[in-house]
Amino acid sequence: MVKIELRVNGASRRADVDTRVSLLDLLREHLGLTGAKKGCDHGQCGACTVLIDGRRANACLALAVAHDGTDVTTVEGLADGDDLHPVQEAFLAHDAFQCGYCTPGQLCSAAGMLGEGGASAVTEDVAADPGLTADEIRERMSGNLCRCGAYVNIVAAVGEAARA
Amino acid sequence: MNRIEGRDKVTGRATYAVEYAVEGTAYAHIVGSTVARGRIRAIDTAEAYATPGVLDVLTYANAPETAVDNPELALFQSRDIAYRGQIVAAVIAESAEAARAGAAAVRVAYDAEPHDVTLRADHPGLYVPDKVNPSFPATTERGDVAAGLAEAAATVDVTYATPAEHNNPMEPHGALAAWDGDRLTVYDSTQGASTDRATIANVLRMPPERVRVVSPHVGGGFGSKGTTRAPAVLAALAARVAGRPVKIAITRQQMFDITGYRTPTVQRLRLGADTGGRLTALDHDVVEQSSTLVEFAEQAAVPSRMMYAAPALRTCHQLARLDVATPSWMRAPGECPGMYALESAMDELASALDMDPVELRIVNEPAYDQETGLPFSSRNLVACLREGARRFGWAGRDPAPGVRRDGRWLVGTGVAASTYPARRRPSRATATATGDGYVVRIAAADIGTGARTALAVIAAEALETTRDRVHVEVGDSDLPEASLAGGSMGTSSWGSAVVRACEDLRKNGGTGAADTADEIAGDTGFARHAFGAQFAEVRVDPGTGELRVARLLGVFAAGRIIDPVLARSQLIGGMTMGIGMALMEETRPDAEFGGWVNRDLAQYHVATCTDVHDVDAVWVDEDDPHLNPMGSKGIGEIGIVGTAAAIGNAVHHATGVRVRSLPITPPAIVG
Amino acid sequence: MRPFTYVRTRDAVDAVESVEAGGPDAMYLGGGTNLVDLMRLGVATPARLVDVSRLPYDSIAAHGDGLRIGAAVRNSDLAAHPDVRARYPMLARAVLAGASGQVRNMATVGGNLLQRTRCPYFQDVTKPCNKRDPGSGCPAVEGDHQNMAVLGRSAACVATHPSDMAVALAALGAEVRVTGPDGERTVPMPGLHRLPGDRPDRDTVLAPGELITAVDLPAPPGGRSTYRKVRERASFAFALVSVAAALDVGPGGGVRDVRIALGGVAHAPWRAGAAEEVLQGAPADADAFARAADAELAAARPLPRNAYKVPLARHLIVHTLQELLP
Repeated sequence: MVKIELRVNGASRRADVDTRVSLLDLLREHLGLTGAKKGCDHGQCGACTVLIDGRRANACLALAVAHDGTDVTTVEGLADGDDLHPVQEAFLAHDAFQCGYCTPGQLCSAAGMLGEGGASAVTEDVAADPGLTADEIRERMSGNLCRCGAYVNIVAAVGEAARA
Repeated sequence: MNRIEGRDKVTGRATYAVEYAVEGTAYAHIVGSTVARGRIRAIDTAEAYATPGVLDVLTYANAPETAVDNPELALFQSRDIAYRGQIVAAVIAESAEAARAGAAAVRVAYDAEPHDVTLRADHPGLYVPDKVNPSFPATTERGDVAAGLAEAAATVDVTYATPAEHNNPMEPHGALAAWDGDRLTVYDSTQGASTDRATIANVLRMPPERVRVVSPHVGGGFGSKGTTRAPAVLAALAARVAGRPVKIAITRQQMFDITGYRTPTVQRLRLGADTGGRLTALDHDVVEQSSTLVEFAEQAAVPSRMMYAAPALRTCHQLARLDVATPSWMRAPGECPGMYALESAMDELASALDMDPVELRIVNEPAYDQETGLPFSSRNLVACLREGARRFGWAGRDPAPGVRRDGRWLVGTGVAASTYPARRRPSRATATATGDGYVVRIAAADIGTGARTALAVIAAEALETTRDRVHVEVGDSDLPEASLAGGSMGTSSWGSAVVRACEDLRKNGGTGAADTADEIAGDTGFARHAFGAQFAEVRVDPGTGELRVARLLGVFAAGRIIDPVLARSQLIGGMTMGIGMALMEETRPDAEFGGWVNRDLAQYHVATCTDVHDVDAVWVDEDDPHLNPMGSKGIGEIGIVGTAAAIGNAVHHATGVRVRSLPITPPAIVG
Repeated sequence: MRPFTYVRTRDAVDAVESVEAGGPDAMYLGGGTNLVDLMRLGVATPARLVDVSRLPYDSIAAHGDGLRIGAAVRNSDLAAHPDVRARYPMLARAVLAGASGQVRNMATVGGNLLQRTRCPYFQDVTKPCNKRDPGSGCPAVEGDHQNMAVLGRSAACVATHPSDMAVALAALGAEVRVTGPDGERTVPMPGLHRLPGDRPDRDTVLAPGELITAVDLPAPPGGRSTYRKVRERASFAFALVSVAAALDVGPGGGVRDVRIALGGVAHAPWRAGAAEEVLQGAPADADAFARAADAELAAARPLPRNAYKVPLARHLIVHTLQELLP
């Protein structure tokens, strides 16, 4: 067992963890934060996406012990009190989810993605900044699977949040 | 904001099955068979018990006795192995990590026997089952098919193959079980709390009253959570043995083994038509698989029996019983693979006749259901085809294949029809007036359909109030017993009960209750189906085989649409899964070892955001008084019916190549 | 997952010592995106993990005419670096074509190079695999091999290397800087990754305990460069076939310089030397590109269900070079 301390959604959290525990299981099974979801446990679906030091990451592939001292934001920490984050508002407005299981990962992924800039695999000129066209949003959100098939609405929602 | 539970879902407060915080919960991890057929010789659990944190190990040698009438749920009741991945042991431990490590330490010795997991059209074991799902005859014949084909001006005789596909809801199947004396609570991921409770009680030989299933939020199912799955039973057994609550969340890989899948099919279609395109004969022959445990016979050819006017028609289903897990329900079982084949063949027939494929379908519009002789309660396929053609810009389409180029892409368009039955099942509901509104209670399931919201809309209308004054409680077997979310019957079934309960409330004052069993027993006299038409535009790079669906439009006729936002999301969702079916979804059997080769989301591809471009769904007005109090038809499944055919037909229009085997991957085009 | 001890070290010397002390059961941990995945599957069973993700190798700096990329640089930071985007578009594109935004944020450059094959038999510990369990057999040859290797395969293994980035590095002629128990050395790209032969368990030429510290890029090739990847869906999937290519055409229309490497076709990123040889000094046109592709793919030995990769690779080489014409 290893003692670690992280900031989670702005609060300091201490834990004594088995080295095998993933950041995702630390959140879900030890800290009572079940917002981040386990969909595949191998980085193949994105349902576990959280922000680690402000960057989106798959919590299932992160060992908790390797993230001692980091600052983690989960879907529970996206809103500012009762004021939802713009991507949360936009997901509600565009009906960008159905079963809701991929949604926390989609939201954290979108929130992280909006701050990333740069090029993507669909950018014509990788040296230029393309702006968030629908095609750019689709590619940048491709690490978050949605089996209900809400992508059309997700792209609309993320586009609106990007303009907010 | 549209969905009642929307805010809970975007803030992470919506709680799913294994997320309930129950004091003292232990963890279980399953061990699957590594042989596809044979018998367990012995299980050595010593190393597993020695694994730190392990509490107990369940095997055939020590597990409690259960009912065995459902062999997929009769866990540990036999040493016999019917498929690779079948549960042979489960390890209960203090932590998820310990349970998994313990499971890896269980040593199972088998007496393996030769297995067969590969479906072939000439499989020696093929037979015609007594019936196909749920209770249709396996074969039908009317008129003289041979004569109809002989006299036809044009015929097609083509064989299509569809692969095994897995539902893959985003929430893996899982359950948390807690005993309180002889009462059991199961937090389950299920499409029907009432039916789940009945099944669990049956397996555990308990009165259903002592079992409670809680499932307010379900992370998708698409059929795979329509029947009780092993985790619910296993959690209950493990919790009994461990003397404390136990939860089990199976891995994505294990989902491929034990949570059902869509059977692969091989389908031969023979169509004949006269010079005007009118069908003279339709012959639909289906080969599919089931397990050695259970006869599951997918009704793939059933839609062909009523879809078009055909004076001569023959349909037949044959099954091979293989050493595989039992196939199960996956979004639009029957219609989805069957209509892929029929609607692909219709496109080939249009080509053979040099006829527009929209017009071909229109000239074959039947006046009544030729299978049953019943009138259609409503049937607006023609309106969907015409409206879709208008919106899509179909007019003036050059039918010549392989001639439109845009840079490296060949461009083509295709059309296919959709259909799905409009049925309902008995349910109960109550409605209660509170000081400032109403509470509606029914053990319905919201698996992402927006059932809570749709039922609030329905109740508000029946009560002549606003939606925000209606509080809907679903997802708990302690609520009035309801049918499951499946067969596109949820809203029709539950809505009927809710309307009747609200009517009862208005008659009686403070409370109302309803049971629709008698009402639904009278659902006879009409053929009730929803219809639709899907139009696809694809771009194909013939050099690389890359295939993109640039546009996909669905026009549906599904009775009255209760909530346009939810309806559009449902229909688009089905069409999006249809894109996956057309382009990438395939679970490949492992001939050498049994089971499947690809068992995760990196190897079993579902559509990503990048694969889905301009997809839209609209509907035509349809007033049908013969359905239910709402006048609605189900819409959860029709969206996936026809999508793959529309895309495949567009691929032919783009490239001139008929790909008759799904999915249409780059190897299918360049190979 | 087997229990393990977790060690975080201050510098490379410490890290190497710690892995050496841990013996064959000790492994380095970078971003974890493949290693944690493999540990959960039981494919990797380290008893000691030495975390090198926070070692001071997280910067990209000018190095001669090229760049030095620290091994702990995250994939997304590599793709976003202004010099990489402007001078090495092939590399930026290759990195962006891999995995997802989340995985690229976590994965390191060193870890990307050392990721292991996604062959389904390798990943399933209940089935034989010569790479995972030498001598146990290769079921893919007779079984499921539609995405397996067509070049340089052996009877023992038909797996492919999954990295996109490594294909671009092979085309660019990068050098991998390594430190280990016997000191520092550099390994050229291609050259880091082995062909399977009869030892498919060894992915690379690295010795036990050796740690990648940086990747040095030489000056970029002249002309234009790009990376094209064909996969089973539009994004977030491994390559069926990919091509990293650079083409510099002289004033007379002849090829002045050309670099071609293939992904998804072999146990290692495949530098297309035979194709480059055909093209050197040849006219830069479709005929020459086709001859070059044929020269390279003459060595292809496809299996029954991955034969499509040969015409696919041929087309991709020709078409990608055509796109690079000035």
